[in-house]
Amino acid sequence: MSLELRGITKSFGALVANDNIDLKVETGEIHAILGENGAGKSTLMNIVYGLVSPDKGEILVDGEVKSITEPSDALNAGIGMVHQHFMLVPVFTVAENIVLGHEKSGRIGQLHLEEAKAEIRRVSDEFKFDVDPDAIIENLPVGVQQRVEIIRALIYDARVLILDEPTAVLTPQETDDLLNIMRQLKAKGTSIIFITHKLREVKAVADRITIIRRGKVVGTAQPSSSQDELASLMVGRPVDLNPDKAAHSIGDVILSVKDVTIKDLTGRALVKDVSFDVRGGEVLAIAGVQGNGQSELARSMVNLEDHIEGSIKLENDEIVGESVRQSLHHGIAFIPESRELDGLIASMSIAENLVLDLHDLAPYAHGVQMSPAVVASEAEKKSVEFDIRLQSVQDPVSSLSGGNKQKVVLARELSRPVRLVVASQPTRGLDVGSIEFVHERILAERDAGRAVLLFSTELDEVLALADRIAVMYRGEILKIVPATVSAQELGLLMAGVVNA
Amino acid sequence: MRKPQFSSLRALKLPVLAFLLAMFAGALLIAFSDTASLKKIGHPWQFIKSASAAAGHAYFALFQGAIYDHGLATPHNPWLAFYPLSETLVAAAPLILAGLSVALAFRAGLFNIGAQGQFIFGSIAASYIGFHFHLPIGVHVVLAVLAAIVAGAIWGGLVGLLKARTGAHEVIVTIMLNYVALYFLMWILSTTTFLRPGRKDPIAPDVADSARLPHLAGQNFRLNLGIFIALAAAVFVWWLLSRSTWGFRFRAVGANTAAAKTAGISVPFVMTAAMVISGALAGLGGAVHVLGSDYSLTSGSAGNFGFDAVTVALLGRAQPMGTVIASILFGALRAGGGTMQANTTTPIDIVLVIQALVVLFIAAPSVVRFVFRLKNVKTGGELVAKGWNG
Repeated sequence: MSLELRGITKSFGALVANDNIDLKVETGEIHAILGENGAGKSTLMNIVYGLVSPDKGEILVDGEVKSITEPSDALNAGIGMVHQHFMLVPVFTVAENIVLGHEKSGRIGQLHLEEAKAEIRRVSDEFKFDVDPDAIIENLPVGVQQRVEIIRALIYDARVLILDEPTAVLTPQETDDLLNIMRQLKAKGTSIIFITHKLREVKAVADRITIIRRGKVVGTAQPSSSQDELASLMVGRPVDLNPDKAAHSIGDVILSVKDVTIKDLTGRALVKDVSFDVRGGEVLAIAGVQGNGQSELARSMVNLEDHIEGSIKLENDEIVGESVRQSLHHGIAFIPESRELDGLIASMSIAENLVLDLHDLAPYAHGVQMSPAVVASEAEKKSVEFDIRLQSVQDPVSSLSGGNKQKVVLARELSRPVRLVVASQPTRGLDVGSIEFVHERILAERDAGRAVLLFSTELDEVLALADRIAVMYRGEILKIVPATVSAQELGLLMAGVVNA
Repeated sequence: MRKPQFSSLRALKLPVLAFLLAMFAGALLIAFSDTASLKKIGHPWQFIKSASAAAGHAYFALFQGAIYDHGLATPHNPWLAFYPLSETLVAAAPLILAGLSVALAFRAGLFNIGAQGQFIFGSIAASYIGFHFHLPIGVHVVLAVLAAIVAGAIWGGLVGLLKARTGAHEVIVTIMLNYVALYFLMWILSTTTFLRPGRKDPIAPDVADSARLPHLAGQNFRLNLGIFIALAAAVFVWWLLSRSTWGFRFRAVGANTAAAKTAGISVPFVMTAAMVISGALAGLGGAVHVLGSDYSLTSGSAGNFGFDAVTVALLGRAQPMGTVIASILFGALRAGGGTMQANTTTPIDIVLVIQALVVLFIAAPSVVRFVFRLKNVKTGGELVAKGWNG
């Protein structure tokens, strides 16, 4: 089945999310749509799926104009979608989720699931999905949950499948599995629209690539194009994806973590007996799939976790047992995993967010009296130094884009005297330009002789920045390897395979 | 850093419209409960005329009771016509303080339903110091006020401590502590220490003259220093929230506890401190009421101040200036309601209906938006929701 979009235009107020977009997806083709966050990819797909109605333009299925105003129209036209955030009921079984909204029931309302289960088994076997229809969703790994979404689309006869950022939540191994599934689906004649900003995956699987920037189609490319070429098209200027790492000059041990165990409220160990050192002028990356204890380990560096056993030493200062404030003032810059939740206070101004940590110290305050003028003028200076694009430092920080928000966090954390930088997923959800900036700043700290502890789930980021890589798996450090490790070996380590 | 709240006129749009809408709804109620008008319901034009006259009379009486009543002026004292305005301000002063208490807690992310209990403890302390001791003029009143502040601060601080230490939700805790305070008040009024000599009903002796807040406009008016104490407190709260390091921390914790904690702010300390200051303000409200106008403590002394406080804080968008304006408005409704009941057939309960509708419209801003065809009005709904999510 082929799908064609003609002149799709959609604006939200003054923002033109989609500007006259033309796109054609042929039968049995994997068509990648590449673009930065906010380029308009999701809006376009929501239009195709009937979640958003376009201001202008038409959608053709097999050359026929279709009116798609709600998801059921899309389903009837043979268009299925797997959303970035799964639409599954966690406490229901696979089969219950799949029949949801289309249940067949008996005379007194009892559910008839047998038919659906047989259907699920058939699809699962056909594509080697290995999905048990009776499994409870919340007990399944994320990759399997995603397959449930795909099965649902296939069972409802989708011949064009939209995958919205499908690899964002997957491990490298699960990603490879998904790419294989996509190839199989394609072989059976299903067309796939693959939305992503990850260049490597696009190159691995796509037949054609359409690049969207600021709501417009800016070009199409072949999978044989280089990553730098694709990134440059995506961003609109030349991009160098491999930041220059200056020659190494490693100093003394600055951070020394010894036998650290972190427990949750129920006493379960989330981090088990972790030990490592980080030297000045060195980036130690903690790689791992989300949820293997990295978040807790990162937070423990500034005592944000409650039950920390063991020792975390910053040169001669013991951190464990101190308050968050004391830890920060020992010389730790802490870039939290979620800038929205932990890094910034959305409703407070940019200027105020820049002094969250130092607001009660000179020159921002004298005694209890704060000096708003000083806070504002320092904010002006920092916005220049960190290239924060803003209208006024008095605007709420929520008015900034993701990249600029992260720059506010960086500007605040790197403005204290720093010995150690702890950066947790520092580029998550950022556009290419901001990623470059963040990477440069992190490397600048390293080159200035500070110790850097980087937590990242992105293989590319880990490989680009790290001097050494520690892989975390189920709360333990599996192995510490030099940065020259291959992406493949690193991927296997992240999946828990030590001797590959 | 944020612009002074005095200039944020746009933020006043919703509360003002909500108030107007509530007044209009109140007028409809007056019209449809007016028996004379209802008899004419068969003749629409006559009915409208009669009904609008009834509503007009009622609201005019409300104005007379709240601001200015020409009939009260005497040949040698024309100023007496302003007696209602003095009553409005007398009613407003304790409400401003209790309202500031709720507003401050709001801004720190805490929904202090307990202003009533803190107000009661403030009243008890002020009353006890006021009638039990004989101290020099000046010293006595200051001591009584300070005692009320401390009593309120302790009662409020207890909530903060419980929340910070155990995670107990402040809404539940304050509701319960309100009961404790009320029954404590009833009990203490039955003890010999508090029982007025020669009386068996629960009323404490009048506070000594030396403990009373001085009158501002002579003995004919009940207007007293309380209103200036309240306004000074409003300026203090404004300074605290927008110019001090403490207020910065309050706002940070109130807006995003996790981010405040990550930046090294001690959340338990901030919560406790905010509740101590919040309680102190409510306690001060109790003092202003007992030492300024009531003089004697009864089981009904605290009236509804602590609960109306939630309303005025909401109406004032948890801003000090807004809370002051809302409190004066409510003071006027309270003072005028009596006159309205006396001079017309409209019951004083209509005032309570108007107050309740104001809250309803603020909490459901889409109603106001629909009626006035507004777009993008800053709502107060998030304020209400926030408090509960605490």
